[in-house]
Amino acid sequence: MCLAIPARVIEKNGNRARVDFGGGVLREVDLTLVEAEVGNYVLVHAGFAIQVLDEEEARETLHFWGEILEAEELTGSK
Amino acid sequence: MVEDLRLRNPKLARKVAEKIKELASREPLIKICHVCGTHEWVITHYGLRSLLPENVEIIPGPGCPVCIVPASEIDEAVQLALDGAVVTCFGDVLRVPGSRMSLLDAKARGADVRVVYSVADAVKMAEGEPERQFVFFAIGFETTVPSTAVEVAKGPPRNLSFLVSHRLIPPAMRLLVEMRELSLNGFIAPGHVSTIIGLKPYQSFPREYRMPTVIAGFEPLDILLGIYMILKQLRDGEPRLENEYVRAVRPEGNLKALSLMNEVFDVEDGRWRGLGVISASTLKLRREYERYDSRIRLGVKIEQGVDIRPGCSCHLVLIGRIKPPDCPLFMRACTPQSPVGPCMVSSEGTCRIWARAGVELRSSIS
Ligand code: SF4
Repeated sequence: MCLAIPARVIEKNGNRARVDFGGGVLREVDLTLVEAEVGNYVLVHAGFAIQVLDEEEARETLHFWGEILEAEELTGSK
Repeated sequence: MVEDLRLRNPKLARKVAEKIKELASREPLIKICHVCGTHEWVITHYGLRSLLPENVEIIPGPGCPVCIVPASEIDEAVQLALDGAVVTCFGDVLRVPGSRMSLLDAKARGADVRVVYSVADAVKMAEGEPERQFVFFAIGFETTVPSTAVEVAKGPPRNLSFLVSHRLIPPAMRLLVEMRELSLNGFIAPGHVSTIIGLKPYQSFPREYRMPTVIAGFEPLDILLGIYMILKQLRDGEPRLENEYVRAVRPEGNLKALSLMNEVFDVEDGRWRGLGVISASTLKLRREYERYDSRIRLGVKIEQGVDIRPGCSCHLVLIGRIKPPDCPLFMRACTPQSPVGPCMVSSEGTCRIWARAGVELRSSIS
């Protein structure tokens, strides 16, 4: 129930938008709660976009994880 | 690609697991609690517990929004449906037992109960049949509350009212941390709830209770890293509030959603199934919106219900006191096909998740 799924906004008309969940699954969602533009990734819960996903952050998270782990190893901090 | 946002690098996962082992080797038993059904699903589905050392336990808290709806509120929905209103609800709540029956039982007796994907569907249905009274059974934590608030603030159709049964998560976390006998050592805070409420509501956990608290996302790696961050805080003896889920959770949360919630709802003390009354944990429509309150408009108010059936241990499962297999009914009298307690009914209930995992146990990252 608290699950929110990432999707990309592909069409916008006022507070309504069509989003793409990937794999050809399209759905209409309400954008009232977010400032999202076409092309943005949003988290969708129960028919409402509840947050805009930071794509950069998403991509960087992986790097960042790798880095923390390596830095720890190098400095030998335990 | 949406797929790019999935963070499932198995090599990295194993590396994090090794780091966790290293950090945990210097610690006694560590109990980390999460309060989200989706976290429990990911942990169980990907077999994350098997990657952890024996002294690190992941305890599922009351993170299933359907399981904690008290029977009295299911009874109210059932009564409204039997009295002739069209009751719209999320699919998960349909089979949750009330004191005498579930909404599904009411439907079998001819009541008009309809499953919706969104509160917006309930609005559309009500608009399409103006001669009938519609009720939206508004359950869910802070992730779901804003959608209800949007529709209430917009001015719903005259024949639609709301049976509000929302609950707030941080007050339940406070209850858990104050139950000293649970002796928790850290919280994994729920990612999607946090996209709405931000960081502030969790600040008291490290400050007042010295509980490391990390907001984590929903990929296996997110959760493993969350555990790692908690262990590091424990090692350093510096409990903090950290946000692992930066790609979705902003420190301030979703301000638009928060202001709508404030505009539409007042906060009240409220009962949780199996947990009793938790202060400042439930919502009520404000005076200006009272005309949309089903309890007032349609005159239903049930104070007491049968929350826990004889033999069911959901109240202990919900706070992580016992694991589902410790309940004598688990997979005997109580199965996903014929559930006894709410924890076996909902797809986010711990008993149900564990029962399903027994059937389809797989670990795709190890
Ligand atoms: S196994 Fe069934 S009866 Fe036992 S605690 Fe879980 S839901 Fe309740």
